[in-house]
Amino acid sequence: MLLKGNEAIAHSAIRNGCDGFFGYPITPQSEVLETLAVLKPWETTGMVVLQSESELASINMVYAGGATGKCVMTSSSSPGVALMQEGISYMAACEIPGLIVSVQRGGPGLGTIQPSQSDYRQAVYGGGNGDYRVIVLAPNSVQEMADSVGEAFRLMFKWRMPVMILSDGAIGQMMEKVVLPPFKPRRTDEEVRQQCPWAINGLGLLSRKPNFVSSLELDAAVMEKRNRAMQEKYRAIEAEEVLYEEYMLDDAEYAIVAYGSSSRISMGAIDQLREKGVKVGMLRPKTLWPFPEQRIGELGRQCHALLTVEINEGQMVRDVRYAVAGQCPVEFFGHSGGVMPSPEEVVDKMESIINNR
Amino acid sequence: MKEEIIISGFGGQGVLSMGKILAYAGIMEGKEVSWMPAYGPEQRGGTANVTVILSDKPIASPILNRYDTAIVLNQPSLEKFEPLVKPGGCLIYDSYSILTKPTRTDINAYCIDAMVEAARMQNAKVFNMLILGGLLKVRPIASVDDVVKGLYKALPERHHKLIPMNEAAIRRGMELITPSC
Amino acid sequence: METVYKKPRLLNDVTMHYCPGCGHSLVHKLVAEVLEEMGVEERAVGICPVGCAVFAYRYVDIDWIEAAHGRAPACASAVKRLWPDHLVFTYQGDGDLACIGTGETIQALNRGENIAVIFINNAIYGMTGGQMAPTTLMGQKTSTCPYGRQADLHGFPLHITDIAATLEGTCYVTRQAVNNVANVARTKRAIRQAFQNSLDRKGASFVEVVSTCSAGWKMTPEQANQWMADNMLPYYPLGDLKVNGEKK
Repeated sequence: MLLKGNEAIAHSAIRNGCDGFFGYPITPQSEVLETLAVLKPWETTGMVVLQSESELASINMVYAGGATGKCVMTSSSSPGVALMQEGISYMAACEIPGLIVSVQRGGPGLGTIQPSQSDYRQAVYGGGNGDYRVIVLAPNSVQEMADSVGEAFRLMFKWRMPVMILSDGAIGQMMEKVVLPPFKPRRTDEEVRQQCPWAINGLGLLSRKPNFVSSLELDAAVMEKRNRAMQEKYRAIEAEEVLYEEYMLDDAEYAIVAYGSSSRISMGAIDQLREKGVKVGMLRPKTLWPFPEQRIGELGRQCHALLTVEINEGQMVRDVRYAVAGQCPVEFFGHSGGVMPSPEEVVDKMESIINNR
Repeated sequence: MKEEIIISGFGGQGVLSMGKILAYAGIMEGKEVSWMPAYGPEQRGGTANVTVILSDKPIASPILNRYDTAIVLNQPSLEKFEPLVKPGGCLIYDSYSILTKPTRTDINAYCIDAMVEAARMQNAKVFNMLILGGLLKVRPIASVDDVVKGLYKALPERHHKLIPMNEAAIRRGMELITPSC
Repeated sequence: METVYKKPRLLNDVTMHYCPGCGHSLVHKLVAEVLEEMGVEERAVGICPVGCAVFAYRYVDIDWIEAAHGRAPACASAVKRLWPDHLVFTYQGDGDLACIGTGETIQALNRGENIAVIFINNAIYGMTGGQMAPTTLMGQKTSTCPYGRQADLHGFPLHITDIAATLEGTCYVTRQAVNNVANVARTKRAIRQAFQNSLDRKGASFVEVVSTCSAGWKMTPEQANQWMADNMLPYYPLGDLKVNGEKK
């Protein structure tokens, strides 16, 4: 099948037994909602699809839907995801599962509708208020867009927290071959009751205490205890859920660190550099949080220099420098505002790093 | 085999759908494909372009700034993409749609009278298929049979009755294309 | 001895944080009574607001979701669509429903979401200490309009319930009060009707309860009841605005 990344998200959501999608149109991700509207899953799997009045409403629908134990999601692009941050913070605070697909465009403000990775920090460090984290998956192909939905659903229920698929306009808009996952039925109410005893849905109320979700806690000591418990969970996620992919790293003297569409551009650059005999490879984080800090630290020992390639003014580069801890120089190359880096520019940058060493 | 193509012109000329049909043809040939549009407020009369890559191996960057083949369907596209064709690469343009001809001598430039032919056929919609036929003649990256199979995949079923006409246009385009002069 | 009155089973045996004379405690009791009488606890979800009723989940013994400020109708929309056989209701004050959440309120009602909205209107922000609300009356003094609400400075009170009645998605819109025994009984009937409409998927139901805030108004509970009758009820007259989708 030949699909756009955004279309693959929609197909995959239905096939992974999603219970509800709540979203608001914004370029360059509108195909998610449009595809769902064409596919009419409410007539087949019973999945709810609702065009909400705003991203603010969307995320609060996801918050409440997730609180009832249902498998729910939304998708948007940068300005819309910015508007959602309050709701994501509530979801993190109340430990509510839910998927947010972010098909980034350039900012700040209304910015551009062209691809961008300038919301890296917002996604990875938690764009709303409070000490919280969101698991961030970073697909770099249409196939991975499709695959990441099922993975996100698994993670969000395993850890009871919001999960974000951080994509961008290039991955969302481009078409590639894709093999969609097999159909998985939606969970029955009884399965929801058994798997989510914490959920707010009234089921079995007469034989249990009522459930409630609230992020409000006026007792400072209790609030701190809640926060500490959440941090413990985050440490466990950092230990268990890091995902990355290596490309030609075995003999690499130089390495690029890149994710999403900039990793594709970097692969093109690496192929060109390898033809010239330069020993260069790439580490591609598939989870941006948790971040493959340890592996990047090892690369800092192995390589003469690292380079991050990003479609922003230099965001992930700081995390890479932190992981490398001064073992080797870490340089940055990127464009922003909707301008895309080309493989040739990355080649030039890497050659200048090598020549200036 | 790897072919990196840019198709560029006005919105409404069928640039994106030509790219899609090519991508489907690539799939029919068992190749890896990518279709990367310059998206935005494209509409009839605006600018539109799409990068299509067909390859035997997994595709690294779907975003390029050097191309094996550029198909340019208006003057701004010619000016933008002629310099970006790799030496020895191929440039195809519609004769009626450009004012000044390409000047590079290290590439193979071809022209095709598709706009005039489509008008003669009294069917503006086959314009992009005439161009596609021209491409397949000078860069045989997919067989006409596979392109036709691709058409069945790319077009919604209600348009399948138009496929024989499209196939005829592709074959006509193969006859029409000539080296730039 | 014959039992003539007892606390509803679904009303928890805890001390409420509400001020003396506050309408919230009464309306909470009515909600608990109606839920119990309908026997729908195992398929009821309440959405509580930010505002004085932020702790509603402590008092009415069912499953509750605490919404972000103003977003309760969006939350309720999702819950009802995902659980179509459930009774889903929001419980909101004037700031939450008619100010920060006006968009969500109108959109959810206009979509005809099969939810019940209970709207406590006391014309002031109680929880934050008596600031101006969207429903504060002209000339009414609050801490942010200490010289009285003036049109040129503060604009006009929002008739959100009247707006609700004009929306095609609402099936039932009513304005009630809990300032005397007869009105309490009417309010209870209204809540029951709204809850039944949610179960029967008849569209959105909207029950305004004109209420007092003796602390915010700086009055005794008795004075507050009188002030409400004298000042609020002429401006927000009681009665049904829409029944079975027909405007009154």
